[in-house]
Amino acid sequence: MTATKKLNLKQKYQYLTRDMDWEPSYQKKSDIFPQEDFEGIKIVDWDGWEDPFRLTMDAYWKYQAEKEKKLYAIFDAFAQNNGHQNISDGRYVNSLKLFLSGVSPLEYAAFQGYAKVGRQFSGAGARVACQMQAIDELRHSQTQQHAMSHYNKHFNGLHDAPLMHDRVWFLSVPKSFFDDARSAGPFEFLTAISFSFEYVLTNLLFVPFMSGAAYNGDMATVTFGFSAQSDEARHMTLGLEIIKFLLEQHEDNVPIVQKWIDKWFWRGFRLLSLVSMMMDYMLPNKVMSWQEAWEVYYEQSGGALFKDLERYGIRPPKYQDVANAAKEHISHQLWSTFYQYGQATNFHTWIPKKEELDWLAEKYPNSFDKYYRPRFEHWDALQKKGERFYNPTLPQLCQVCQVPVLFTETDDPTAFSHRDTVYKEERYHFCSEACCEIFDNEPEKYIQAWLPVHQIYQGNCGGPDLPSVLSDYYHFNLGEDNLDFSGSPDEKRWNEIKGIKPLDKDDVA
Amino acid sequence: MAVKAISEYTAEPKDKVENFNGMQLLYICWHKHLMFCAPFALLVSPNMTFPELWETQIKPAIAPHPDSAKIAVEKIQWELNGKAFEPNQDTSLLELGIDHKSMLTMATPGLNGLYDAGF
Repeated sequence: MTATKKLNLKQKYQYLTRDMDWEPSYQKKSDIFPQEDFEGIKIVDWDGWEDPFRLTMDAYWKYQAEKEKKLYAIFDAFAQNNGHQNISDGRYVNSLKLFLSGVSPLEYAAFQGYAKVGRQFSGAGARVACQMQAIDELRHSQTQQHAMSHYNKHFNGLHDAPLMHDRVWFLSVPKSFFDDARSAGPFEFLTAISFSFEYVLTNLLFVPFMSGAAYNGDMATVTFGFSAQSDEARHMTLGLEIIKFLLEQHEDNVPIVQKWIDKWFWRGFRLLSLVSMMMDYMLPNKVMSWQEAWEVYYEQSGGALFKDLERYGIRPPKYQDVANAAKEHISHQLWSTFYQYGQATNFHTWIPKKEELDWLAEKYPNSFDKYYRPRFEHWDALQKKGERFYNPTLPQLCQVCQVPVLFTETDDPTAFSHRDTVYKEERYHFCSEACCEIFDNEPEKYIQAWLPVHQIYQGNCGGPDLPSVLSDYYHFNLGEDNLDFSGSPDEKRWNEIKGIKPLDKDDVA
Repeated sequence: MAVKAISEYTAEPKDKVENFNGMQLLYICWHKHLMFCAPFALLVSPNMTFPELWETQIKPAIAPHPDSAKIAVEKIQWELNGKAFEPNQDTSLLELGIDHKSMLTMATPGLNGLYDAGF
């Protein structure tokens, strides 16, 4: 390329991703990029890599710096004006606790993942795209923590999110998801995170959280959402480009990619079950039901996507029908689980108020009144008698997704879809056929799973009793961070902010 | 199938019985009683007898459910790892075939949870 005095964007991108790259002369390419071949993916021509945004470093710094300036101005204003006083309801903050300990550390894990694979491709275009996404993810992790740090001054449970992410039983679900992806090869990582997660499923994570923040008066988090939106759009587009690139490079890639899509669709779906409960139960002002979100963002968008990929020989994810059928159940099953293990969570749980139960019944006409309303009314009655239900035992966890074995059979919502298998004389248990199959495909990987319940029983999480695990190992302030929202210091503080007198015991939801 | 990796890939199971200090894991599932959101994971001694297991572990775990008081123990239909199972009174769990990470399921005919919803 001949350089003109001032390069246009396209030329700059060309320089960055092609012309600054070189052919090695005294080292073998396979020694420089040792992870490029072992997964079996064949790349014939890296020049086929098209980054639709053609972003260059100087443009990147400029855009992001401008966005950041605006973002932090709003954070400052939010803090100075005590923005936390304007949220819809004190219960809302609990979805932030889940986000901060469950999702923000994943942004950091994504940063690490992209930084790592950004070193592994011999194509410079792919390396640059991964490095920029790595920086995006690092920024998201930081800005999310800054957006929510104001709440830490006024509410409990937000004080040690990264440690909790590493240790707390249910947070091993998101943590192990990313550990699984990051310990895979670079092409599987991209299929897992860029495609299955960012492209296929991310709307189900970001729309609920960011719209949820908007509906509930949380301007700090909304502003973070806006700031991240252009990055997310870039990541999504990249995700699709990556998959098309892999499929176009060689027909042998198709069955490998299909297998990854099957696996990572299911892994993502299980991870998002946490979001389903946040949407249906934890947002005081509801955006839409999980079922509606699933229909719009997966069944419709995903349907169109997989139709588009059909010409490459790709079919929809293997267990898609099971996931579609589960949309009427999972949020209720998850909230029932967290409600009964509310002594062991860094956020509060509660029985939905009457109008919330009615909303759920309206949104879930086939399932809620028949299977789930009775249980919440049962527990509500107990709570009003002063016998709030907490499950005193520990649950069986799935060896793959690490969610308790709480999901039910597609054709019978009263039977757990438990599966088990024996590998090298050791028995393993799963929440579903799909997780069992993921295990069977790579047993050596999943036999190493750090399952929190088993680790507690092995004595690796302090103890000897559960309260000491919760306080000493999880860093929970018992009686402040955990238990029911009703009667919590958070509730008391919220009532003081709003000048609400304590309700009559019978009215407490 | 083997894990595709840059070198030979083998691993040790994290939950081998020797990691549990003489104890073992046992999972219990009570059919049609979803008040308990998932099967229980219990830590038990392989030397205890079945009546001991019932009295010290299973009974307290299911006690919060109103159906638990109505159970006729001798009528429980047990399954061990998916196969019909008759618990013998005097031998140890291990001798009964209840080894590490076994799953015992119990069905209680006539007691199918509350509200006609398997709760």
